[in-house]
Amino acid sequence: MKREKILEVKDLEFSFRTYGGVVKSVRNVSFDIYAGETVGIVGESGCGKSVTAQSILKLNPEPPGFFGEKSSIKFKGSEIVTKTEKEMRVIRGKDIGFIFQDPMTSLNPTMRIGRQIGEVLKGRMEGRENLSRAQIKERVLEILKMVGITDVEKRYKQYPYELSGGMKQRVMIAIALVGNPSLIIADEPTTSLDVTIEAQILELLKDLQERFHTAIIFITHDLGVIAKLCDRVMVMYGGKIVEKGSVEDIYYQTRHPYTVGLMNSIARLDLDKSVDLKPIEGTPPDLFSPPVGCPFAMRCEHAMKICYRKLPDYFDISDGHQCMCWLQDERAPRIKLHTQLMDKGEE
Amino acid sequence: MAKYILKRVLISIVTLWVLVTVVFILVRCMPGEPFQGEKMTPEIKANLEAYYGFDKSLPEQYIMYVRNLLSGDFGYSMKYLNQSVNKIIAQSFPYSFDLGIRAIVFSVSFGIIFGIIAALNRGKKLDYLCVVIAILGTSIPDFIMGAILQYLFGIKWGLLPVAQYLGFRYTILPAVGVGFYTLAMVSRLMRASMLEVVQQDYIKTAKAKGLSKAEIVCSHQIRNAITPVVTVLGPVVASILCGTFVIESIFAIPGMGKYYVESVQNLDYSLVLGMTVFYGSFLILSNLVVDILYGVIDPRIRLQESR
Repeated sequence: MKREKILEVKDLEFSFRTYGGVVKSVRNVSFDIYAGETVGIVGESGCGKSVTAQSILKLNPEPPGFFGEKSSIKFKGSEIVTKTEKEMRVIRGKDIGFIFQDPMTSLNPTMRIGRQIGEVLKGRMEGRENLSRAQIKERVLEILKMVGITDVEKRYKQYPYELSGGMKQRVMIAIALVGNPSLIIADEPTTSLDVTIEAQILELLKDLQERFHTAIIFITHDLGVIAKLCDRVMVMYGGKIVEKGSVEDIYYQTRHPYTVGLMNSIARLDLDKSVDLKPIEGTPPDLFSPPVGCPFAMRCEHAMKICYRKLPDYFDISDGHQCMCWLQDERAPRIKLHTQLMDKGEE
Repeated sequence: MAKYILKRVLISIVTLWVLVTVVFILVRCMPGEPFQGEKMTPEIKANLEAYYGFDKSLPEQYIMYVRNLLSGDFGYSMKYLNQSVNKIIAQSFPYSFDLGIRAIVFSVSFGIIFGIIAALNRGKKLDYLCVVIAILGTSIPDFIMGAILQYLFGIKWGLLPVAQYLGFRYTILPAVGVGFYTLAMVSRLMRASMLEVVQQDYIKTAKAKGLSKAEIVCSHQIRNAITPVVTVLGPVVASILCGTFVIESIFAIPGMGKYYVESVQNLDYSLVLGMTVFYGSFLILSNLVVDILYGVIDPRIRLQESR
């Protein structure tokens, strides 16, 4: 089945000018998103996940931020990087919805819920439906019901402080969904919620996606969440995608030492209790002056000489599974990478 | 909300009572007495003192005063012949009130506008201009500001009258003189508040919704930035009322300021007390209004109070 490619990111580079110099937050990132699929971006804090996500909607402040010369983000065939603010406004909220990390601070405390959602539909711009007030309200009430909020007429008139954390995140999802977008970017939407609410929100996202066939880019540092929700995964490290593939590829055919490290640091109830959790030693690279070679080399237990000197290419492991690591080169020693999950997969 | 207002009113009454008592005692602690040094026979002086109740003990005088006060009677002035304090206040207060309101409207509205302009043009020329105005405003005392305004607009350029209070043109210079400090303060506060709000996550949410810069500023940024400004309105009213004292004398305006200063110098007990109580209740009332207003602007306050 040939699916429609809705987002094509190529050689995306995004940097920030600061007093300390230029921070290269995202370096040569390329990926595609197809209609209706869920793609996870995983990685530790500061690896460029959020900057990647926000550059798709050009939400990073420019200046001090700026795109690299070769960067290209094509949404349904049209280039985003060169678009003006005015042109972006038609896409934001309508074609691409965004769910932010912290619902507590991402809603305006002095504005009623209904208006905050309805705002997305307002305005008389090219390419937008021109809805009347009553139509907007009707649509907002409908979307509130869809995200699992009861007593919508009452909630419509309430302020954010009158809602619980989970409820607020539902409102954020409603804001992202109300324009009927073909892509939703969710930037750690459950990080600030407790576990039971997190499960509900994930369930809701999955459910809504099935109903509307919206593609979702799901950013998280939680591999468990990825496993529940995503079709494909991209692992980011030091501003680069180090490994990408289907969930099965990444979990059972793990190839990058960093991904292995991530896997081994998940606490799991169903695996051998005698094995200690194994954290990844060291700290992420300094993005003011990123290393010449592989960004993970300094923390990698299998690092070879070449890893410090030359950035590895992407090696194809299987269809759609790519890994940026010199260990995949045919001249490299055969090292058996090991995670408990991989053992399980082989059993 | 009703319960909250009731509570605030009760607290206000207690505050007022403390004010009356303290001022009553303080006035009588001042050296000298009202009829000292005036040429009169001991009999006349005794008569006068009996008339004003000074022959009675202090607690008796206090009880008498409070009883009169409760029926709204401030008593008679001891210097202005046959003038009740109520009458003096009724004559002079409208001028002070009018000047004060004009000064508040001028300073708060322009302060907010300057603050917004400065924040939206951060680091540019307009921002620096607003900062310069703010520094001038906070560092020049009002009596000098009044004199400068009189010199420039009244004498040098001959644009506006420098004294009296006879119509709109007469009110401009005194209102600017009184309000300039507040304008500077409000604009600095508004600027800082705007710059803080623009960093908030919900501004980014608004941007991700596809709203225009103008929509974000008007419906998200300003509304949230204005709350800290509302909280300082109480003290602002106080500072403007004090400012009117000085400006009134510079611009020869027949307001309360003139009587207030004279009454202290003359040891006019009843006038000092009457004006203090009047000012005090006015300030307490304006603080109450500000508190209620704050609840209207920030819905979160409403909830906390009603719980």
